[in-house]
Amino acid sequence: MTSILSARQVSYSFRRRPLVDAVSLDVEPGRMTVLIGPNGAGKSTLIRLMSGELRPTSGVVLCEDEDLARFSPERLALRRTVMTQAIQVSSPFLAHEIVRLGVDGIGRVSARERARIVEQCLAAADALHLAAQPYATLSGGEQRRVQFARALAQIEAARTVHDRQALLLDEPVANLDLPHQLALLDAARAFARRGIAVLAVLHDFNLASRYADVLALMNKGEIVACGDPASVQRRDLLSEVFAIDLTVGTTLASERPLVVPSRWLSEG
Amino acid sequence: MTVSIDEIGGEISLEADSRRRVFLTAAGLVALLALVALLSLTHGAVPVPSGRVAGILVRAIEGRGVDPTQDSLIVIHIRLPRLFLGMMIGAALAMSGALMQGLFRNPLADPGLAGVSAGAGLGAALAIVLGDRLPQGLAGLGSSALPAAAFVGALAATSTLYAVATRGGRTSVATMLLAGVALAALASSFIGILAYVSDDRQLRDLTFWSMGSLGGANWVKVAALAPVTALMLAVAPFLSRGLNALALGEAEAFHLGVHLERLKAAIVFLVAMAVGASVAAAGVISFVGIVAPHAVRLVVGPDHRALLPLSVAVGAILLAGADVLARTLVSPAELPIGVLTAAIGAPFFLWLLMRRSGGFGV
Repeated sequence: MTSILSARQVSYSFRRRPLVDAVSLDVEPGRMTVLIGPNGAGKSTLIRLMSGELRPTSGVVLCEDEDLARFSPERLALRRTVMTQAIQVSSPFLAHEIVRLGVDGIGRVSARERARIVEQCLAAADALHLAAQPYATLSGGEQRRVQFARALAQIEAARTVHDRQALLLDEPVANLDLPHQLALLDAARAFARRGIAVLAVLHDFNLASRYADVLALMNKGEIVACGDPASVQRRDLLSEVFAIDLTVGTTLASERPLVVPSRWLSEG
Repeated sequence: MTVSIDEIGGEISLEADSRRRVFLTAAGLVALLALVALLSLTHGAVPVPSGRVAGILVRAIEGRGVDPTQDSLIVIHIRLPRLFLGMMIGAALAMSGALMQGLFRNPLADPGLAGVSAGAGLGAALAIVLGDRLPQGLAGLGSSALPAAAFVGALAATSTLYAVATRGGRTSVATMLLAGVALAALASSFIGILAYVSDDRQLRDLTFWSMGSLGGANWVKVAALAPVTALMLAVAPFLSRGLNALALGEAEAFHLGVHLERLKAAIVFLVAMAVGASVAAAGVISFVGIVAPHAVRLVVGPDHRALLPLSVAVGAILLAGADVLARTLVSPAELPIGVLTAAIGAPFFLWLLMRRSGGFGV
């Protein structure tokens, strides 16, 4: 299957500083593509370029062979959904109203279906019990789960007019406790298995290794390695990019790499 | 992550709940508006009993004209246009407040506080003082120059405010309010200069604009303001979804399919038009734009699909009601309505500031 979003030699500079430098990346349906890299590597900028929020300085982002720059915001919203890093809500909405924002005006959805999508997505994000709470009173992690539910709701609504969808997640598990990190990524992977193209930025090596079908390692605006987790998470490469001595192993049950700081193995 | 049937039922009833609440509120507001309208037509320097008012109105509506009694003339040519003007200006200001609060993503935005009314006031003052200095042949432009100048003043103020207070999609409350203070100070200094060079009659006019009054209401003003109000009411429903999405942030609204530039341009234009027209018709009236949307949000929540129309109703009730007070409190004399709304609105605003000190809220 062809990719839904693909970056071709995309660069983006801000005040002459290149933030993303000649990056090519395909986001394919049915797969979970994970971006890792140190702070300032350009991961968020790449997400913003691939979502159409930023226009590349050079190169092009394609959505199924059509230049993303030619899409209206309305059309973009039917093809890709984005969950950004820090979302501040300025009105006193309740949690379920936030999720409904993802469905309002997207696709062809009846009032009954809309209520069903909102519930389903709140449940998928383990936030149904928060539905009637004011969003502002939720904890940081609970707010992230409600925003994730909103993103899922937009995908569901957009699927009523278009099968092929992309879901872009910028640090979706920030602020979440471990069980909810796993639950959120399980839900994202379930969406990928249903044919959605998922692109997620993660910071945890081991979550990235577990959930990535394709892992891309970014450094200084470039993708320095891309492939299955075992081929990207090599000791020499990770240690050099993150400037810290890392040890890469595996568990007995899986081939997927397990990454820890080397000094943990020598300290008492 | 299993979901019990109870929870799903609860979720559905949440939506039905809020719909019922919106409906009840709307019904209550319509009743209140009718009551205020009745008070407005019956009360004033000369009391006219409600039965008599009904008779006069029925006669006028049936097309049998206005009988030449004093009561009829007062109701048809003084109180009725005044009531309509008050309701339309209240509606326009309340809607402007709600739109600005949505655009700036901040519940403290208000055309009065943010200097938009001051900009419109400066435009009006320029038209009053310099209008007379136009060559004789252009004197006919005078009546349309005033609203046009008020509109341009409001547009300039709104655009400046947005450019100064919003950086990268985020508006700082402090910057917005301070920019409003600066704009208002600038406008009032120019108005001061204009006052210095104006004659007695112009000076009286200027004082009237700065305090705000519905005293000059007539059918010509009603007819001039009607299309502006109608346009606002017609366009508003199309802005609701965008404003709701904007509550998440500019990038998030874009991701939800909102055409940001179009939305912002429409709001800036509508606010400038509404405030310009209001100021041209009745001078500077502040705090309606902040009180009305707040009252609505407290009852039905922040969804703009309910917030915009209900704010319009509350604004109309507030201003028509304030006008009844302005006419009756010191009867047979009259208080300037702008002074009255400020006396009620300013303490309300202070109360809001105190409530908000914990972070963000209503």
